[in-house]
Amino acid sequence: MATASADHHDHDHAPGFFARWFMSTNHKDIGILYLWYAGIMGLIGGFVSLLMRMELQYPGLQIIQNLPIDAAPGHVWNVLITAHGVIMVFFFVMPALIGGFGNYLLPLMIGAPDMAFPRLNNISFWLLVPSILLLILSAIVDTGVGTGWTVYPPLSVSDPNHSGIAMDLAIFSLHLAGASSILGAVNFITTIFNMRAPGMTLHRMPLFAWAMLVTAFLLLLAVPVLGGGITMLLTDRNFGTTFFDPAGGGDPVLFQHLFWFFGHPEVYIMILPSFGLISHIISTHSKKPIFGYLGMAYAMVGIGVVGFVVWAHHMFTVGMGVNVEWYFLLATMVIAVPTGIKIFSWIATMWGGSIRFTVPMLYAIALLILFTIGGVTGVALANATFDFAVHDTYYVVAHFHYTLSMGAVFGIIGAFYHWIGKMSGRQYPSVISHIQFWTFFIGVNLIFFPQHFLGMQGMPRRYPDYNDAYAGFHYISSLGSYLTFASAILFVFIVFYTIMFGRRVGDNYWGEGATTLEWTVSSPPPFHTFEDLPVIEKDPNH
Amino acid sequence: MSARHDYHLVNPSPWPMVGAISAGLMTFGAANFFNLNKNGESLWMGLPAWWLLAVGFIGVLLTMFMWWRDVIREAHGGDHKPVVQLGLRYGVILFIISEVMFFVAFFWAFFDFSLFPRAVTAIAPLVGDFSEVADMNARGVWPPVGIHTFDPLGVPLLNTLVLLLSGTTVTWAHHALLEGNRRAFMWGLGLTVILGLSFTGLQALEYIEAAFAFTEGAYPSTFFMATGFHGAHVIIGTIFLAVNWLRGASGHFTEKQHFGFEAAAWYWHFVDVVWLFLYIAVYWNLFTQLSVA
Repeated sequence: MATASADHHDHDHAPGFFARWFMSTNHKDIGILYLWYAGIMGLIGGFVSLLMRMELQYPGLQIIQNLPIDAAPGHVWNVLITAHGVIMVFFFVMPALIGGFGNYLLPLMIGAPDMAFPRLNNISFWLLVPSILLLILSAIVDTGVGTGWTVYPPLSVSDPNHSGIAMDLAIFSLHLAGASSILGAVNFITTIFNMRAPGMTLHRMPLFAWAMLVTAFLLLLAVPVLGGGITMLLTDRNFGTTFFDPAGGGDPVLFQHLFWFFGHPEVYIMILPSFGLISHIISTHSKKPIFGYLGMAYAMVGIGVVGFVVWAHHMFTVGMGVNVEWYFLLATMVIAVPTGIKIFSWIATMWGGSIRFTVPMLYAIALLILFTIGGVTGVALANATFDFAVHDTYYVVAHFHYTLSMGAVFGIIGAFYHWIGKMSGRQYPSVISHIQFWTFFIGVNLIFFPQHFLGMQGMPRRYPDYNDAYAGFHYISSLGSYLTFASAILFVFIVFYTIMFGRRVGDNYWGEGATTLEWTVSSPPPFHTFEDLPVIEKDPNH
Repeated sequence: MSARHDYHLVNPSPWPMVGAISAGLMTFGAANFFNLNKNGESLWMGLPAWWLLAVGFIGVLLTMFMWWRDVIREAHGGDHKPVVQLGLRYGVILFIISEVMFFVAFFWAFFDFSLFPRAVTAIAPLVGDFSEVADMNARGVWPPVGIHTFDPLGVPLLNTLVLLLSGTTVTWAHHALLEGNRRAFMWGLGLTVILGLSFTGLQALEYIEAAFAFTEGAYPSTFFMATGFHGAHVIIGTIFLAVNWLRGASGHFTEKQHFGFEAAAWYWHFVDVVWLFLYIAVYWNLFTQLSVA
């Protein structure tokens, strides 16, 4: 069976249900699995944040003392924070962008029949299933894990709330998710280097493929360092080592270095695929080739490279030397240069274009505006002196939600609207989707814009209660989260409506402007695409 | 309709899902096992704490066996055209790069502790009594007072020579294979496996004779973690080479197509290079000596 290449020949027949979805070796099917998985996790992670905003709507404790966790309200709060952060980062954004759109679109865009290692692709997906089960278990057994996604010691090692099995389950959950990411990274890099269609040189590759290439390298180099760090955490907890315990000559700050050496590339891992996706969305809906293609590609390479040498700006307050702070301050600001190249190139792409304000285009333009706000607060935070004042306040919370909730997530939703016709063969309903965009756009801004003010006024992160002086902005922020969640529920409705009742569309339903290879195959594409490899004869980007 | 390209479209396979479930059972079982050790309780009443860990581990081993058995069958079935073999090369190189970054974490810990030793390590580590915590900012010494390290010119040097020698034997095997000399190939590869086993044996002796235990502070933590993970990789690499010896004995390799062996050789060189860094940094302590001088 496995040896007989004769069995491979019948490419147009998908295998039976179980073999197709549980034993899959097809990049499009695995991409769809990832997207469903990410969607469910996004709703769970979003629901946790809804609980948090309900708690923060008024001063004093509202709901967390009623949750079935036998611990102090402050710890229960931390459990919610942790669940929200880890689920959103590892089980929503990464699976959606890398596993979902990456798997589905990358081989189509470079003209490859599938990924390089189809079985490896499938285990990357399936590892996320035990991983999320361990994570959910870690939130509900004992008193749950309340360390935040950063799992800093000594909180994660010697805190009484974390003396039980919950923390170990969370660590193993990260191990499994990390293994999934590393195997995925190997797969993507090999696919891009080895399986591009004839004539598609690296410099003719679509920008999303460049984004995935850089993202995969970041994963490959950053995730194993986190793996080593959390393995040391595990031995400190269970085998009596003292890596992070000063009493034995260890160093808790070492963990912060290891974590952020991974953690900072990780935030680019979340945003770069979105950058790649909206490059295509903006170009398509402006009916113009992307402005400054090579600059756009190498700006991502630059972001990726510099992203590895800025990690300690997350730790300005640990007591590092002033010279070290200077270095990390300056290196961090350098990131703004390639990011600026991208922002202005997107604007230049729209300039003089024939712009259609479709829903994906609205999401892309919103991403441009909102990510720029997040980027500007990022440059502000890069200043160590300013960071000392607002470290661990809502200013930082607002900053990274502008880059991720409105950068990465807007990329995900925008890409859904842009490519759902290709994936399902059916188009989204336009009017209701516009309503979904505007409610979501207003909602997230209502949540996060006031948090800048809260942070500037000194409201610290990770507290369930606050001084009455902060009540007004917190109230607005909570109202925003209700609007956002309602919009997310509307989005779920749109998803099901589209795939069941949406208008059928042809191969290239965006018409002029949609120039990449996925628009040359049918909607939805056949089970196996590019039996005959496409040949790229002229540079599509000029 | 036949595909008109050389890429390998793999048939549906149960092993990814079986492997993922096994990995989940293994990690869940390990968490249970650890916490039984620590708190005297388990989530699984009445069963030995390690049972789930064992079940998961067996599942992972089974998955690896079945999965790679399929890969070998596909290779013999002609699915591994040159472009597919090139893909496998990329894959193994990238995997090794990720492994290097895994070791970076432990070297990072080692250099943190050894280049910036804390005075607190100047307590009696053999007692495991860390009560006399000294000033965190005072500079200590490395290795910490009371830690009797191995003589780098003793068994560690022997182990270095064993690994370097194994690097030459595996290269001998490779050249023999390329020139169609199967007898020399089997000898070279067999010697490499024996040298790998010798390294593991010598390292086990060192561990038994170590004058410090894993729980006795920063030096033993980094020492056993770094050399322990290296040792685990030596064992994995030895198994990898041994499987290729068995495949060679079954006549699996040709002068043109033998990537399974080459992957094992690359992996073995990676293990070898990690050891050289361990030898220089951890056993020889060269960088601390340089920074003090």
